[in-house]
Amino acid sequence: MYRYDVIDQRIVDERVAQFRDQTRRYLAGELSEDEFRPLRLQNGLYIQRHAPMLRIAVPYGALRSVQLRMLARIAREYDRGYGHFTTRQNIQFNWPELPKVPEILALLASVEMHAIQTSGNCIRNFTSDPFAGVAGDERIDPRPWAEILRQWSTFHPEFAYLPRKFKMAVNGAAEDRAVIRVHDIGLEVYRNAAGETGFRVLVGGGLGRTPIIGKEIAAFVPWQHVLTYCEAILRVYNLHGRRDNLYKARIKILVQALGIDEFRRQVEDEWQHLKDGPSTLTEDEVHRVADQFEDPAYEALSDGDPDYLQLLQANKPFAAWARRNVRHHKRAGYVSVVISLKKTGVPPGDITAEQMDLVADWADAYSFGELRVTHEQNLVLADVRQTDLFALWQQLRDAGLATPNIGLLTDIICCPGGDFCALANAKSIPIAEAIQSRFDDLDYLYDVGNIEINISGCMNACGHHHVGNIGILGVDKNGEEWYQVTIGGAQGNDASIGKVIGPSFAAAEMPAVIEALLDTYVAQRFEDELFVDTVRRVGVEPFKTRVYGGRVGGKKVANG
Amino acid sequence: MAKVIKSGQVVADGWQVLRLADGDNPESVAVPPGPVLVPLAVWQARQADLAGRTELGVWLDSQEPASALAEAIDRLPVVAVNFPKFADGRGYSTATLLRTRYGFRGELRAIGDVQRDQFFFLQRCGFDCLQPAEGKYSDAQLEAALASLADFSEPYQGAVDRPAPVWRRLQRGVAA
Repeated sequence: MYRYDVIDQRIVDERVAQFRDQTRRYLAGELSEDEFRPLRLQNGLYIQRHAPMLRIAVPYGALRSVQLRMLARIAREYDRGYGHFTTRQNIQFNWPELPKVPEILALLASVEMHAIQTSGNCIRNFTSDPFAGVAGDERIDPRPWAEILRQWSTFHPEFAYLPRKFKMAVNGAAEDRAVIRVHDIGLEVYRNAAGETGFRVLVGGGLGRTPIIGKEIAAFVPWQHVLTYCEAILRVYNLHGRRDNLYKARIKILVQALGIDEFRRQVEDEWQHLKDGPSTLTEDEVHRVADQFEDPAYEALSDGDPDYLQLLQANKPFAAWARRNVRHHKRAGYVSVVISLKKTGVPPGDITAEQMDLVADWADAYSFGELRVTHEQNLVLADVRQTDLFALWQQLRDAGLATPNIGLLTDIICCPGGDFCALANAKSIPIAEAIQSRFDDLDYLYDVGNIEINISGCMNACGHHHVGNIGILGVDKNGEEWYQVTIGGAQGNDASIGKVIGPSFAAAEMPAVIEALLDTYVAQRFEDELFVDTVRRVGVEPFKTRVYGGRVGGKKVANG
Repeated sequence: MAKVIKSGQVVADGWQVLRLADGDNPESVAVPPGPVLVPLAVWQARQADLAGRTELGVWLDSQEPASALAEAIDRLPVVAVNFPKFADGRGYSTATLLRTRYGFRGELRAIGDVQRDQFFFLQRCGFDCLQPAEGKYSDAQLEAALASLADFSEPYQGAVDRPAPVWRRLQRGVAA
């Protein structure tokens, strides 16, 4: 994993000093609320329902155990003993006090962490594949590129005040696990037919109010030019993106308005001036960064340890967990373990300080001291020996972290919603919990199989509801909380935006609505067909009929 | 006299910024004597009669492109870019283009809603004169604000002030 050098460290240290002085001037009345807002947002600090919320960057989801222990300490000393992992692989604290935020940032800097650009109208934290470096289908490790781009985007002076937020993701495997198709810029790093490394560049994807799948602007940008190419895109956007209407300010609206061909022409024009300039990457710099993502010291092992196979036979709960939460690893004898943060009764993505300390210990004991955060709001120990799985599982189970539900119905993506977030129109956590409680029969969950339910408490779509196989969006109707349901959304290589099935529902109806959708799927599916594939094959209609069919004259239905 | 920041120092400044009021006609508005920055529209309408004035510059508003000054860039001692709101970041790209694409070597001045917490970025994009709105800062505050010019000592990426990214400027990989 990337370690800071003196330059990286100085930048985060100087950031702490800068923000300490900005906070002091704000508290002294020298900075107005309006003036301070963008400054604190660019440090991930929101003013929320109850208290400020601090979003801390976990670049491309990679953490070391020492960093997680620091997050545990911050949770204990500055918050209420827990944190929340987000769909951008970051972590949020819901209760810090504004005057103490500079102290928190100083603690973070001491373990090579920060909250830089985790909010605001700037280039946000880079996201990537949580199985980078260990996945069997990887073409090129995306992490060095994510780190190079992270550094380029950090305090980029030209792009600190964009029309709107700007999200970028990098993927390097055959399967897209970084959702690059719904990012402002999505990058796919691969080798072309000539064996050269470069990037397929997608632009103008995004969720939010206007969900759009990104369009290809370049099929292959050689690696040397990736920074200048991105710079050209950002410059065209910075100069021409709309600033008159918050809801039309994302790059996707500009790309849509110009058309991808005209947008590409403008970017290429700009790029001709930047290409081969000083920002052209060198082999030395790429190697310097890539060297830090070398494989850890794997032992020569083989798969199929007899003790492990015997335990799988003998211990049903262990086998159930291994089936859902353990993933294939590129090295024989190793696996990746997904730690579910989706236990029923716990808000999705939440983790206590004690659990953080335990996960840090397990990372040290079983996974070279490192872990990853997934955008599905779970954790990953990427490099676990198969022979250690049983011991690890027992400890996970004792800590309430062995819920065997990865990829299942109860592995719900969910934003903090109206319980915490000032932007939310409706609560999202209680909906997730009601669904998890209704479907607590493991056999049924296994029968339904892989399905993604994503819940957002408002249009901003932090819960990625548009790309959920079942998406749930909280809406406000005359001061009441209602929920709009979409089906057929998907992430990955065939990413798609879900379709609204009809008028929205009251919170209490949601478990029954999900049940009706699942019943329809079970009745309609071909053998082994996934929920999303059934929706794609038969369309929305049968689902709609089933869900709304039993209603008397639509009385309980709100409009829209 | 307005106070501006030039080359890391607070100095008194005699340049006036002509802003058109509602109903002012660029063709006929009175251009005051002495050093003056005129709006792009005035300069475009009156190039011939303003040509003789040596202490005359042009200011671009945030939606006006750097390319509008391409032809005249070598004749202008001062170009200013207006920030109607500090969060309107177009001026950063405009300044970068004036310096790198059009080769402007004269004084590049940030005017409008110019605040200390943006000084570092402004300077990096090629502004060498920063003019906060009059009355925004006391003299003491403006002196204190000079510290913001040095918020970061070694930024990662290249920009107008230091075109080379940090990995071209310094030996990287020295353990922290």
